[in-house]
Amino acid sequence: MDYRKKDIRNALLFISPWIIGFLVFTLYPILSSLYYSFCEYKVIKAPVFIGLRNYINLFGDKSYLAALGNTVYMLIFGVPVTTVTAVAVSILLNNKHLHHAGIFKVVFFIPTLVPTIVACFLWIWMFQSGGIVNTVLGYFGISGPAWLSSITYAKPAFIFYMIWTIGNAVIIYLAGLQDIDPNLYEAAEIDGAGFIRQTMSITIPLLRSTILYNMVTLIIGVFQWFAEPLIITEGGPGNATLFYSLYLYQNAFRFFKMGYACAMGWVLLVISLAIILVLFKVFKFGEAEN
Amino acid sequence: MKKRKIKYDSIEYSPSVIARKVVMYAILTLISVAFVAPIAFMFLGSFKMTKELTRVPFKWMPDSFNFTNFKAVFEKIPFFLYLKNTLIIVFFNMIGSLVSNSLVAYGFSRIKWPGRDKVFILVIVTMILPFQITMVPLYLMFNKWGWIGTFLPLTFTCFFGYPFYIFLIRQFLIGLPAELSESAKIDGAGEFRIFWQLTLPLAKPVLATVAIFAFMKSWNDYIGPLIFLSDQKLYTLSLAASMLKSNLDPQWTVLLALGSMMVMPVLILFFVLQKYFIQGVTMSGIKG
Repeated sequence: MDYRKKDIRNALLFISPWIIGFLVFTLYPILSSLYYSFCEYKVIKAPVFIGLRNYINLFGDKSYLAALGNTVYMLIFGVPVTTVTAVAVSILLNNKHLHHAGIFKVVFFIPTLVPTIVACFLWIWMFQSGGIVNTVLGYFGISGPAWLSSITYAKPAFIFYMIWTIGNAVIIYLAGLQDIDPNLYEAAEIDGAGFIRQTMSITIPLLRSTILYNMVTLIIGVFQWFAEPLIITEGGPGNATLFYSLYLYQNAFRFFKMGYACAMGWVLLVISLAIILVLFKVFKFGEAEN
Repeated sequence: MKKRKIKYDSIEYSPSVIARKVVMYAILTLISVAFVAPIAFMFLGSFKMTKELTRVPFKWMPDSFNFTNFKAVFEKIPFFLYLKNTLIIVFFNMIGSLVSNSLVAYGFSRIKWPGRDKVFILVIVTMILPFQITMVPLYLMFNKWGWIGTFLPLTFTCFFGYPFYIFLIRQFLIGLPAELSESAKIDGAGEFRIFWQLTLPLAKPVLATVAIFAFMKSWNDYIGPLIFLSDQKLYTLSLAASMLKSNLDPQWTVLLALGSMMVMPVLILFFVLQKYFIQGVTMSGIKG
């Protein structure tokens, strides 16, 4: 194909903001982050090359391992629970017998509009030992724990936070559900397949790529999560809510171990990329099967 | 994307359908109540006195609706200063995002050049790059430039494209017919004029979405200001709220009032521009 010289020049001019931005605010930071990750760097003194020391130290760092464990906990419990809730809510909202889907959609979306700091205030109050959550549990005769100051229940309180902010995912799922050919359901109905059967055999398989997209978003989110635990619990009690990025942030801006924080950042990148690749493989594998 | 409307006249009112409908409404209503509860708690709580807030058993309604807590917000913090700071950041985020990303997206969709789509993949890849990995070097770089404790890390950087917005606008522009620019080119119009006079007016819906996203992102942002704004005079509302919270004796009723004041504008904006919010989120789910 022929390209006009003028077009190439114009295109470069048009995308030049991105080129500059990419070089200065993305590529350079990434490369220097990689370099710093091999250095001891305490801001006031120039970085000193120490090889793999930072990476090796990670494995002996109890707090780091706790943070990694807590993050894995959220991946194992938080991500699936949140995904199932979001998909279930979306399927309900997409039901042809539902006449007020619009109102419900708004309700599920509103929490995503609340500024982080404000949402965190609400969580602190909702999950206090005498807070709303326990009051409601009390109606059913359950005496709830002091969620945020309990080593066992602090993380579940954060899972509820994840569920509370499913609004974006629900909107995306709904768009995916609208794309499914209604004739499929009609045919299934004629064959006598019930709602559950239809959901498992038609809806979920056809929604697969949307589920994948939302799960990837969620997983990236879990790895990058730090404002919320920082404000709500500061990682406590013990290290129960010390999540990966929170510990990274603390190392960088509280302990000023910049090199160490960069090493954590690179491990974070590698782990999240690996998980995303595996997810892609799993979902694609299923696709070939059908 | 029409909503499918299939009428099953005979099935519509059968007992099993009605039963299923009742269950469905019950579940959705229950979840909805849980979703709204925290926000209702905040709005109602901002009218409460401290002892009402901590009262056991918990009571939803305040004893009386008075604005003491809202007045206290203005006494405790220089609210208008922090509002102004927030709005400065929001303003530059919106302008910067609109200008830079529409230009860049145009270059990635309306002009043909070798390797365009490969370079665009690079844009997409940077989208999943965690901020944590660039955070430290960016901080050190801005520190060296003397930008820490100024708005610049949060405003200037918006003028250099943001992958997600580039993606959104490009998806839109690529759907416009090619004839649009071809006939104008024959008439001797330059590329920039085609961009400015022909393309942008058509792209209004997606630009509205980007503007809203940029507003939401900067209005709600906590991490950016936390890391880059060290000077209390430059604090945003989010940072002010967090500062009030870390007081020895945080007055929670006042914090809830401040929270209500921060949520209100976003909620109003959402109800006015709902279409663009939903549209934008939907578009983000479409794979490139």
